[in-house]
Amino acid sequence: MSQLPLRAQLASALGRTAATLSRATGRGDGSVIGGRVGLMLEPDLLRKLASDRKLALVSATNGKTTTTRLIASALMELGEVATNAFGANMPAGHVSALSGAKHAPFAVLEVDEKYLPEVLDTTNAGIVTLMNLSRDQMDRAAEIWLLAQKWRRAFAGKPAHVIANCDDPLVTWGASTAARVTWVSGGQRWREDSWCCPECGGPLDRGGSREMGQQGSVHWACRECTFHRPEPDWILDGEDVIDPHGRRWRLDLQLPGEANRSNAAIALATVDAFGLDPARAIPRLRTVASVAGRYTTVERDGRAMRLLLAKNPAGWLEAFEVSDPRLPIILSINAQGPDGRDTSWLWDVDYRILRGRPVFVTGERRLDLALRLDVAGIPFQLCDSFDQAVATLPLGRIDVIANYTAFQQIRTEFGRAV
Amino acid sequence: MQSELTIVWIYPDLLSTYGDQGNVLVLEQRARARGVPARIHYVRSSDPVPQQGDIYLIGGGEDRPQILGAERLRKDGGLQMAVARGAALLAVCAGYQIMGSVFGGEEGQPVPGLELLDISSSRGERRAVGELAAEVDPALRLPTLTGFENHMGVTRLGPGVRALSRTIVGTGNGDGTEGCVAGKIVGTYLHGPALARNPALADLLLSWAIGPLPPMNDDWYQRLRDERLAAVLGEDASNPPEGSRR
Repeated sequence: MSQLPLRAQLASALGRTAATLSRATGRGDGSVIGGRVGLMLEPDLLRKLASDRKLALVSATNGKTTTTRLIASALMELGEVATNAFGANMPAGHVSALSGAKHAPFAVLEVDEKYLPEVLDTTNAGIVTLMNLSRDQMDRAAEIWLLAQKWRRAFAGKPAHVIANCDDPLVTWGASTAARVTWVSGGQRWREDSWCCPECGGPLDRGGSREMGQQGSVHWACRECTFHRPEPDWILDGEDVIDPHGRRWRLDLQLPGEANRSNAAIALATVDAFGLDPARAIPRLRTVASVAGRYTTVERDGRAMRLLLAKNPAGWLEAFEVSDPRLPIILSINAQGPDGRDTSWLWDVDYRILRGRPVFVTGERRLDLALRLDVAGIPFQLCDSFDQAVATLPLGRIDVIANYTAFQQIRTEFGRAV
Repeated sequence: MQSELTIVWIYPDLLSTYGDQGNVLVLEQRARARGVPARIHYVRSSDPVPQQGDIYLIGGGEDRPQILGAERLRKDGGLQMAVARGAALLAVCAGYQIMGSVFGGEEGQPVPGLELLDISSSRGERRAVGELAAEVDPALRLPTLTGFENHMGVTRLGPGVRALSRTIVGTGNGDGTEGCVAGKIVGTYLHGPALARNPALADLLLSWAIGPLPPMNDDWYQRLRDERLAAVLGEDASNPPEGSRR
């Protein structure tokens, strides 16, 4: 990194100044504006900042920020790690993360799914980690079949080593043009976008042998062509991960739920590609308790609220799995730019699991959710604000599920200390 | 009134990207509220389309699933038979285009449709994404149409169909109209839960299938409609002249 040319050094330094100003004036965490300033002065800055480091890119519809954090935490065992911990996952955020740790020999970057081909081209990352693809905010996200097609083109003819979840057919298809792939059986909780073969459009058959007792069978194969699930090198088996040598590792994470165990399994396979053994990595994974406020418990007036983020149908499924069915629950929905302005996806979530729980509905688009719950036959109480919902609830523990900007608003109320 | 309703959801494995399940759930709830139990057939694209359904639904999706869906429906023939028999059909977005003579594929190439509607579609210059509001053909006696569109299609209506509505905000078919109607077929670019935002349209489909409907408690539907129309058309829309909107 000491080899950075003068212009790039200057661009990087000015970017960091802009970031500091942004933080000092309370405008944000500075990770986007800093990178933008840097890129304006030196368009080639990202390539220059990425060279001479061992770099992993992490992409998926869900779990990007958490998996990036898990990988970065583990890699600290080996040395300094540059990472975009705040979820600023486009090139400006990457520039900012890399200029903030100029001498770090390792880097882990969360990458927006659409930007993956561009960022891979620019950075020549040696490792790419891919977890899942499912329907997201459709008014701004790319169509996922098309997205997987772009991933295939991006990997073809490049030396990158891809670490991919082979239980997700679309991810498998997207990864399978890579020169080298390590397959991880990380499970697939949301299957509504994987009924058809990405290769030929034929029906995908699920089932076959019931493997390792993990949430039914994860096996899949096309009925019409030869496309099928590759044999995994790493396997998530309940609370354990089985490595390619057949060794079984108990995870014991602080982060809750199967989705996070899946994120940890793919993180272990990723750091293994950096030469870090699970024995050294796992204790590091266990130190992660919350990620950018997710899974944090905040206290107010005798109520302990656990904050869960859910941005799309697959995310809601994961949040429901983590949430405690005995507790009351607050649901908050917005539809600002980062959330997607279209709330149609609420109709893809099965809310019937909430039956029997006290449910409180708030957020800027609470009426969309209210009708959705009404049609599902779920009793609920409509609240004008998050505060009102909290005040209505009895003392004790409460679960909160919110989508992106609704989640950030709640964090802001608690001083973003979480 | 008919004692039971059969709803057929065509190809949720290919065409259900934008919350299209919402239309199924709304029809089911509104039928049940009138004392008519509904059975729902989820027809995967590898399975035949049953011909004896009352209301058929087909949703939106990406280019490739749209082409696959059209091919399979053409080969299957079940939907065409059901429509000829007089079944009702709500076709949304990609599903709407499939019902015409032709639509645009991934590279803009023409792909043949089912010819159940006298329309033809092609790819437009830019993506239409956002809230839409439109005044429905007065003959249908429906309140203002509200919903969300997200598509690149341009649809030309032939003499065999009538425009469903005239757009106030949004793109729709691309010529100032949105959607179309012919017989008991309704096509629209309003994706996902179009019927959640337009319960009167849901009731129109239900009444075609099972006859006149008694009123039901519409409170949550109306509150959502009022909020969305006010957001799109301005505050005065929340206080419309009597009779112009439910």
